[in-house]
Amino acid sequence: MRRVSLTVNAVEHEAMVEPRQLLVYFLREQLGLTGTNVGCDTSTCGACTILLNGKSVKSCTVLAVQAEGTEVTTIEALAQDGDLHPLQQAFHETHALQCGYCTPGMIMAALDLITNNEDMDEDEIRTGLEGNLCRCTGYHNIVKAIQQASSEMRSFATK
Amino acid sequence: MAQVADTAQKYMGGGVLRKEDPELLTGRARYIDDISMPGMLWVGIVRSPFAHATINTVDTSRAANLPGVRAAYSGADLASEWADGLPCAWPVTEDIKIPKHWPVAQDKARFAGDPVAVVVAETRAQAADATEAVDVDYDPLDVVIDMEAALGDGATKVHDEFDSNSCYVWNLEVGDVDDVFNNAAVVVKERYYHPRLIPNAIEPRGVVCQPNLPQGEFILYSATQVPHILKTTLALTLGMPEQKLRVIAPEVGGGFGSKLNVYAEEAICVAVGRRLGMPVKWIEERSEGYLATIHGRDVIQEMEVAADSDGKLAGVRANLKADMGAYLQLVTPGIPILGAFLYHGVYDCQAYSFTCTGVFTNKTPTDAYRGAGRPEATYAVERIMDSLARKLEKDPIEIRRLNFIEPFNEAREVASGLSFDSGNYEASLDKALEAFGYDEMRAEQQRRRDSGDTKQLGIGISTYIEMCGLAPSQVLGSLRYAAGGWDAATIRCHPTGKVTVVTGTSPHGQGHVTSWSQIVADELGVAFEDVEVLHGDTAISPLGMDTYGSRSLSVGGIALHYAADKIITKAKTIAAHELEVSEEDLEYDGGIFSVKGAPDKSKTVAEIAFSAWTAHNLPEGTEPGLEATYVFDPPNFTFPSGAHLCAVEVDTETGMTRVEKYVAVDDCGNVINPAIVEGQVHGGIAQGIAEAMYEEAVYDDNGVLMTSSMASYRVPSAAELPSFQTDRTETPSTTNPLGVKGIGEAGTIAAPPAVVNATLDALAPMGVYHMDMPVSPERVWAAIRNARGQEVESRGKDTTAAGSGLGSADTPGGDA
Repeated sequence: MRRVSLTVNAVEHEAMVEPRQLLVYFLREQLGLTGTNVGCDTSTCGACTILLNGKSVKSCTVLAVQAEGTEVTTIEALAQDGDLHPLQQAFHETHALQCGYCTPGMIMAALDLITNNEDMDEDEIRTGLEGNLCRCTGYHNIVKAIQQASSEMRSFATK
Repeated sequence: MAQVADTAQKYMGGGVLRKEDPELLTGRARYIDDISMPGMLWVGIVRSPFAHATINTVDTSRAANLPGVRAAYSGADLASEWADGLPCAWPVTEDIKIPKHWPVAQDKARFAGDPVAVVVAETRAQAADATEAVDVDYDPLDVVIDMEAALGDGATKVHDEFDSNSCYVWNLEVGDVDDVFNNAAVVVKERYYHPRLIPNAIEPRGVVCQPNLPQGEFILYSATQVPHILKTTLALTLGMPEQKLRVIAPEVGGGFGSKLNVYAEEAICVAVGRRLGMPVKWIEERSEGYLATIHGRDVIQEMEVAADSDGKLAGVRANLKADMGAYLQLVTPGIPILGAFLYHGVYDCQAYSFTCTGVFTNKTPTDAYRGAGRPEATYAVERIMDSLARKLEKDPIEIRRLNFIEPFNEAREVASGLSFDSGNYEASLDKALEAFGYDEMRAEQQRRRDSGDTKQLGIGISTYIEMCGLAPSQVLGSLRYAAGGWDAATIRCHPTGKVTVVTGTSPHGQGHVTSWSQIVADELGVAFEDVEVLHGDTAISPLGMDTYGSRSLSVGGIALHYAADKIITKAKTIAAHELEVSEEDLEYDGGIFSVKGAPDKSKTVAEIAFSAWTAHNLPEGTEPGLEATYVFDPPNFTFPSGAHLCAVEVDTETGMTRVEKYVAVDDCGNVINPAIVEGQVHGGIAQGIAEAMYEEAVYDDNGVLMTSSMASYRVPSAAELPSFQTDRTETPSTTNPLGVKGIGEAGTIAAPPAVVNATLDALAPMGVYHMDMPVSPERVWAAIRNARGQEVESRGKDTTAAGSGLGSADTPGGDA
């Protein structure tokens, strides 16, 4: 067992983990943050996407011990005081989710995408989402949601 | 009855946001892997790496001694747990061969992935470790992978107890088919291979079993579409009193048919929970799921049409071979039968013949995958209509218009013997052509052809029909299906005016909570927010037939409508009593009973719910409370239809093919929630495009699945797909009072022929008239090279495993 300390959703944690423990299972099973889902075993589907030091990563491809000293943000941290984050709100309004399983990962990936890219066109959004699979929506409304959230977040940021 | 039909629609048909979303968006939803219990143990499954092998010995001793391992069982160790094998509920013919399907194989493994041993440990990782420490001694046997080889003389048999690998032959013949074909001016015959697909719901399957041994009770949580079917069938497999088994489908992360089954792991977890008296959990790994969760399609179709010299159809003859895989899962043999009556599509003809041979092979069992039988039928019909048009040098639109069944608003019988509920196929095609800009696109195509552009344009049409609303129970009985096709709903009006709805459908992304709330809010005049919808728990919702086959709204939703009718009927009696008028003097609208001519004298349903609860002043003989259950058995199927148009751009140098434009005009009858309907269409089209261009499960000659993970089986991402243009026509169904038809599978059914027809249309000037799905860049490139007489270097089968989205060029049933 190895000791690991990290900050998850602004809360500091220190825990003993097996060296082989994946970050996603550390979050889900040790911290009880089950909003981050696991959809595959090849880092293909992106359901497990979180932010690690502000950048989107697939938490099934990171060992918990590698997250030593990092800041992790998961889907549970996005809504504040009962208000949905603009991305969550946009997903809701554009019907960009059906079964919801890919949604947390999709939103975390989209958050990184929006934060780091200005004025993306549809192709750029689609390419940016390449690492996140959805089987329900055909991506049509997910792209719309990200376009909507992107403009709302920018207009908010420039106010 | 039918008091509610004319009620003002406030929510139905409107833009209501989904009630389901907030918990899904914030990570608070509880899927199967989010369920954990004190003392819970983890189950791991040891699977055969061989597609066909004798199991000599299973030595679990090394595994049993690993840290944290509580138990390890061979198939023989667990044999006493089973009162029967896993169920096949659809023996389609009297003489069908149904092999015994034990949850854990005992003597032979019959596909790569067949469970051969079970381990139980304290953690997920320990269970995974233990599966690798079970020593199984196998004698590999010859395998049969190809369906046609499996039917050949002397073929290795998948099941020794049968005389061949032919599982069944099912046929349907209407009219003098031979005569029609012998006397036809034109006959077109083609052969299509419909690839084997892996459903890929993004949530893997999983099971948690919580036993309560002192009471003999078991709660089974499963990521399933069918909690009710599971309860009944597992009770039989496990020899367990059905009333002691409660099945709960928690939040379920997509199904597409893959969770419409009774799986070995569900039976295993209950059996192990019963042995150990502890809660147990199994979560599928994705690569494991590729072997252990049903596959879809894998059908060879010989399709033939007879027509006059104008192209007017006279007869249709379809001959299928359908790969069952190694065992029959819940409805494996019946999947082709779901398409069997639709091989004339939306076209008139007189003679009809359909034959399907089910074939055993050493592969993962097939079963329902989104569309189930109808994509195969639609693909065959829509491909051959294009070939007929080409043969007669007509535009594919023209040949379709010539053959369309005329618009009809009352049920009418069609050649295959079905009675279509209503249809207007011209209307959806006209709307689609306009949205697509058909003439402009044809002009652009001509420009590119004339200039010899390396980027050629192809246009594909699919005017599809499907069959939903499964199903009239008597019809299911006549087709030898083992259960009924009804569904149930309960409406409970609380004394405070709020409403609980219990539905027998089991949503996993379709938004039933929202749509059902819309129906009840309108019909009972309560606020949308005041309706709670419960589902997916057999203790809460004891009656139901679950969610598949686009049936939920047109069966379960109609049960709800009739339950509302019963509520209104009872409430009206009480209202008349309280208002001291006769029932005939009352009018009902939007939740309010008012006296005709004196509208200020009125009672709301909410007020009646309260007085029914206090029961202080009820009419003689009236039971207290305001609650009603209705079980609806549909009198007929519903028949959604529509027109899909697709434009692809093919790079003739590289084979790279992309969908440039996709227009879908669907007719699913009346619509309760337009956004949800559109969402279903989007997702269906995406899966259909994936089927046409990207996806195929490929086995090697030894029966090893080469597309064995998400890294090698190409589920398309947003980057491979375009946005879609969707619209609707609304031809109300005559099967039910809401006039609804179903939309869950339409896109998946319509899209594959639209895409393949478009690709072939782009290549037709080069003389390429046939390709099988997936029309991957490699296949397109090879087809162009072949047509030009250029060499195509074969890179061998193993290129398909690398997962570059190239599909496979040389799999069984390839180019005819």
